[in-house]
Amino acid sequence: MAVIVIALIFQRNLFSVVVLAGIYSFLMATVLVALDAVDVAMTEASVGAGISTVLLLGALHLCGGEEAKPLQRGWLPLAVTLVIVGALVYGTLRLPAFSDPHAPIHTHVVPRYLEQGPKETGVPNVVTAVLASYRGYDTLGETIVVFTAGIGVIALLRRRRRDKDGR
Amino acid sequence: MKREPVLRVVGKMLIPYMLVFALYVQFHGDFGPGGGFQAGVISAAAVIFYAIIFGLPAARRVMPEALVEAMVAAGALLYIAVGFAGLLLGGNYLDYFVLDTDPVAGQHRGIFWVEVGVLVTVSGVMLKIFYMFAGRQRED
Repeated sequence: MAVIVIALIFQRNLFSVVVLAGIYSFLMATVLVALDAVDVAMTEASVGAGISTVLLLGALHLCGGEEAKPLQRGWLPLAVTLVIVGALVYGTLRLPAFSDPHAPIHTHVVPRYLEQGPKETGVPNVVTAVLASYRGYDTLGETIVVFTAGIGVIALLRRRRRDKDGR
Repeated sequence: MKREPVLRVVGKMLIPYMLVFALYVQFHGDFGPGGGFQAGVISAAAVIFYAIIFGLPAARRVMPEALVEAMVAAGALLYIAVGFAGLLLGGNYLDYFVLDTDPVAGQHRGIFWVEVGVLVTVSGVMLKIFYMFAGRQRED
C-alpha cells in the first residue's frame, strides 16, 4: 500500500492516478477483512474501488488526462499538512492499544450490545443490529446525508445545463 | 463500446448475478456482512455497468431518470415513515418493539424496512450522480 501511495503522489497522468486509487481501495478492503470488519470492507470495495473509479473516469473524460503544472511552490500547504499530521499523530499517542479489551469504547455499551443484541433483535449479525436498531437515529442521519449529497449534485449540475440552454 | 460482442455477452451474463448478489447482500445482512448501503451500491453498480456497455440511453430506458429521482427521496421518506410508524403504535420514534405483537419480530420488521429505505436512497443517489456525470459528457 505504501508503494501505491508514493506512486500516486508522483504520478502525473491522471488516468493512472484513478487506476492506482482503485487498487489502493481494494488493498484497503483486504486490510479491513483482515481486521474482521467485513461490512466496511464490502463498502470500501464497492464504493471506493467501484463507483468512485467510474465517476472519476467520467470526470477525467470531461477535463483531460494530464495534471496541470502547479503555479507556485506549495510550501504553505506542505507546512499546514505537516502541522495537522503532527497533531493527529500526537493525538494517537495516548489512545489505548489496538484491540485492548479494557479500552473505554469496549466497556461502555458494547458488552450490552453483544450480550443482549441477538436476544432482543433476533439478528445474529451484531453490526446490522447496532446499525439499524440501536443506532437507528445515526443511520437515519447517514441516509439523510446521502440524500442531501444527491440533491446537491442534482442542483449543481442541473443549473449548468439550464444556463447552456438559456444562452 | 456498443459493438464489442464479448463485452455485450459477458455483461448480459453478469448483470443478473450482480442484481441477485445485491438482493442477497440486502436480505442476508441480518446473518452475514452486508445491508442496505452495500446492496444499494452493488445494484447501482449493475446499472452503471449496463450503461457503460450498452450506452446511456439504453440504461435510461431501464431506469428512467424520473424513477431514479423518486428513489432518492422515497428511501429517506420510507426510513422516516418507519420512525413515525413506531410513534403511531405507541412507542418512541424509531422504536421497533411495537411494530409487531412479538418484540423480536417487531425488531425484524423495523430493521427490514429501514434497510430497504437505505437501499433505495443509496442506489438512487449513486445512479443519479452517474447519470449527471455521464449526461454532461454526451452534451459537451
